[in-house]
Amino acid sequence: MMRWVFASGLVFVAGCMSEADNPDSAIIAKEDLQSGFSFLTAETQRLQTDEFENPAYLWVDRGADLFTHSTDASPACASCHKDGLVGVAAQYPKFHESSGELLNLEGRINQCRTEHQGQAPWAYESDELLSITAYVAEQSKGMPIDIEVSEAMQPYVDKGRDYFLTRRGQFNLSCQQCHTENWGTQLRGDTISQGHGNGFPAYRLEWQLIGSLQRRLRDCDTGVRAEPLPYGDPTYLAVELYLATRANGLEIETPAVRR
Amino acid sequence: MTGIRLSVPETAARGEVVEIKALLRHPMESGFRRGSRGEVIPRDIITRFECDLDGTLVFASDFHPAIAANPLITFHMRATESGVLTFRWTDQNGEVWSDTASIAVT
Repeated sequence: MMRWVFASGLVFVAGCMSEADNPDSAIIAKEDLQSGFSFLTAETQRLQTDEFENPAYLWVDRGADLFTHSTDASPACASCHKDGLVGVAAQYPKFHESSGELLNLEGRINQCRTEHQGQAPWAYESDELLSITAYVAEQSKGMPIDIEVSEAMQPYVDKGRDYFLTRRGQFNLSCQQCHTENWGTQLRGDTISQGHGNGFPAYRLEWQLIGSLQRRLRDCDTGVRAEPLPYGDPTYLAVELYLATRANGLEIETPAVRR
Repeated sequence: MTGIRLSVPETAARGEVVEIKALLRHPMESGFRRGSRGEVIPRDIITRFECDLDGTLVFASDFHPAIAANPLITFHMRATESGVLTFRWTDQNGEVWSDTASIAVT
């Protein structure tokens, strides 16, 4: 009997120690990080890796067109970004010192449109914005997510983490209960992923369309029967940043195919 | 809006069987789904796909509502002579999307 108490005491101490090594319990250890790709069926994985059959490339093609040709007198994106934007998507969401705000890739593209091209911003989830975001992010495909949290970014990370850990909706579930504590287990017919955004904008079989990470977040919120936030909401932006820090080191897979 | 992606080998040996792939961006709305207010989302589908080589039909297919959005078609063809392949999709209202690719047979 005494031996059992002693043994369980040891386990408890060991548990505390790993907790101290990794203070954010919602972060998955680096060696356990897995892209959503690894939770797909072999058929869906093939659809993603075949660069012809992957339907998301229909949008990447359109994005390339939007990037290189301007519709009116304003300069095309390609007239400044002559060498493309390789590696840029790996650093987003990013804090922009000049405007003093946190921007995701969509927001940065719209900022460029209003400041340098004299154009109205594209609406969130519009075909144009999805296409050009997919095109820009695709140039970073295969590169690891590389987010460095500066002092100015820390409050946003905390806000995103707070959202991630808060139980919500009629099901009273937090993001972390599925995506940190139960990844790899079954939710009906699906295997729960770790909830990384490294493939977005992604083509979801459920949508039969390409969609942004925020659309995916809205689906997750609806899934736990919580009221989803509107597109472009600052809280979702913070969640995007938190997810990116949580996925640091994972390869960008945009345009990915997801269930 | 509409995007077409074609995969046709540029060259082929005479008598060789080649793989042709064609992808069209299209919602393929089945007509069986309902929107968030219970209203029926009207059907909007491709009904016919045809591919011909310089006017000779090579492959054709009738489409029905159960086919997924952005349909991908893969078929095989024996390369007999050089020419231009024309891919043509027709929807339920008669609207047509088409693109061409040439193949050189040696």
